[in-house]
Amino acid sequence: MYSVRRWSVRHARGIEIFYKGFEKVLVTLHPLWNAIGYERLEKPMAAVEKVVKGILFDCQMCGQCSLSSSGMSCPMNCPKTLRNGPCGGVRANGHCEVKPEMRCVWIEAYEGSQRMVEGKQAFKIVQLPVDSRLKGKSSWLQMARRSHP
Amino acid sequence: MMMYGDLAHEADPIIPPGHSSSGSLERLLRSRTFVVTAELDPPDSAQAEDVYRRARIFDGYVDAINATDGSGANCHMSSLAVCALLTRAGYSPVMQISCRDKNRLAIQGDILGGAAMGVSNILCLSGDGVQLGDHPQAKPVFDLDCMSLLQTGRKMRDDHMFQSGRKLTSAPKVFLGAAANPSALPFELHAQQLAKKIAAGAQFIQTQYCYDLPRLRQYMSCIEDLGLLDNVFILIGVGPLRSARAAEWMRSKLPGVHIPDTVIQRMSGATDQLTEGRKICVDLVQEIREIKGVAGVHVMAYRQEEAVAEIIQRSGVLAGRQPWHPRLKPAD
Repeated sequence: MYSVRRWSVRHARGIEIFYKGFEKVLVTLHPLWNAIGYERLEKPMAAVEKVVKGILFDCQMCGQCSLSSSGMSCPMNCPKTLRNGPCGGVRANGHCEVKPEMRCVWIEAYEGSQRMVEGKQAFKIVQLPVDSRLKGKSSWLQMARRSHP
Repeated sequence: MMMYGDLAHEADPIIPPGHSSSGSLERLLRSRTFVVTAELDPPDSAQAEDVYRRARIFDGYVDAINATDGSGANCHMSSLAVCALLTRAGYSPVMQISCRDKNRLAIQGDILGGAAMGVSNILCLSGDGVQLGDHPQAKPVFDLDCMSLLQTGRKMRDDHMFQSGRKLTSAPKVFLGAAANPSALPFELHAQQLAKKIAAGAQFIQTQYCYDLPRLRQYMSCIEDLGLLDNVFILIGVGPLRSARAAEWMRSKLPGVHIPDTVIQRMSGATDQLTEGRKICVDLVQEIREIKGVAGVHVMAYRQEEAVAEIIQRSGVLAGRQPWHPRLKPAD
């Protein structure tokens, strides 16, 4: 939901702190995920992630979450799904060129990132293009899996 | 000897030391010459002559011609095809690539094909949203964005490989560019965005239309503060306004175009608005040339392409220099 999404950006700092803790829990639980099996967990975990992040960020389940480097504003809500900052078409009032009723996802992201600790620097890093194979997959599980190669 | 033409016709064009391409645009910029580029309005036709007629208008006044890639999300002849025609005649084009219509496979194929046909300059753009154009029903692709497109182009050129890591047998020797909008606020964000583009591989920048000099100066000083002026050549976008009404339309309908009230007032106060629009453009070019860090101007005279020669001549930015064009006799 648009208003909740904007609330999340306004509280980017708090969410960043929460996420860091949450990431630690996910990573620590790697043996558990492994025992159950990442494949088996994929569907239920993705379903949970979709609901939670759907409410908070209007998450589109791209499967490679970049919220920590986009000020807690989901870039997949940009009509051009830009992953690296605003396009040149931003309106003077900070709204989107394609959807004039919506604030530019990346102006929001910039504001959110300025409230964050690590997010401020992460915002400046060039992000890789989306891997279409990961669409619909749980990025939380991937985070846990990646930490134990 | 041929001067300043892209040496596409040569089997093994010479790339000067420290250059990325054999192109004249890069050579001029690196020699600190104030350059002029212009945008060609691609035809809605299948006739090569329509492209040449539109290119000839610029003969002797511009150093490179931009071939747009469905700008404004409107369908026209493709930029790759326009470039193929232009290089065939000896022109130096800037091939624009937008991420809107093609995925990474098609884009990388176009980079190779373009370079094979003598394209030395590529402008990497995200592209306008399809919703704004003449085919709003179309599927927007945006597999890459301008940043990942720049990185891909640089990887192909410098590492001799596709984004996938698969090797190229011959790398595209291209000078990579990107767009910027010096009028967009907040400055810090957009200046930071430019830094990101440079980090991703941008070597030159062609900006959106600039009508607000104080804003441009502020933007440029932001760029200077970030220490970016030595890493990139910035060409400022300019264009003649057709009338006060057209100016009003542009600022309300064209995304990212900012025209201050003073300019609109100057237009509506004039008896001959068309002439006044060109005068304003000449004034802008002259002022812009004096701004620190500006390497040239990019003239976008949509449906007024015939005015480019006059604007450039009256502004005096070429300082007596005549850019190379195919009809010029080769000098010995």
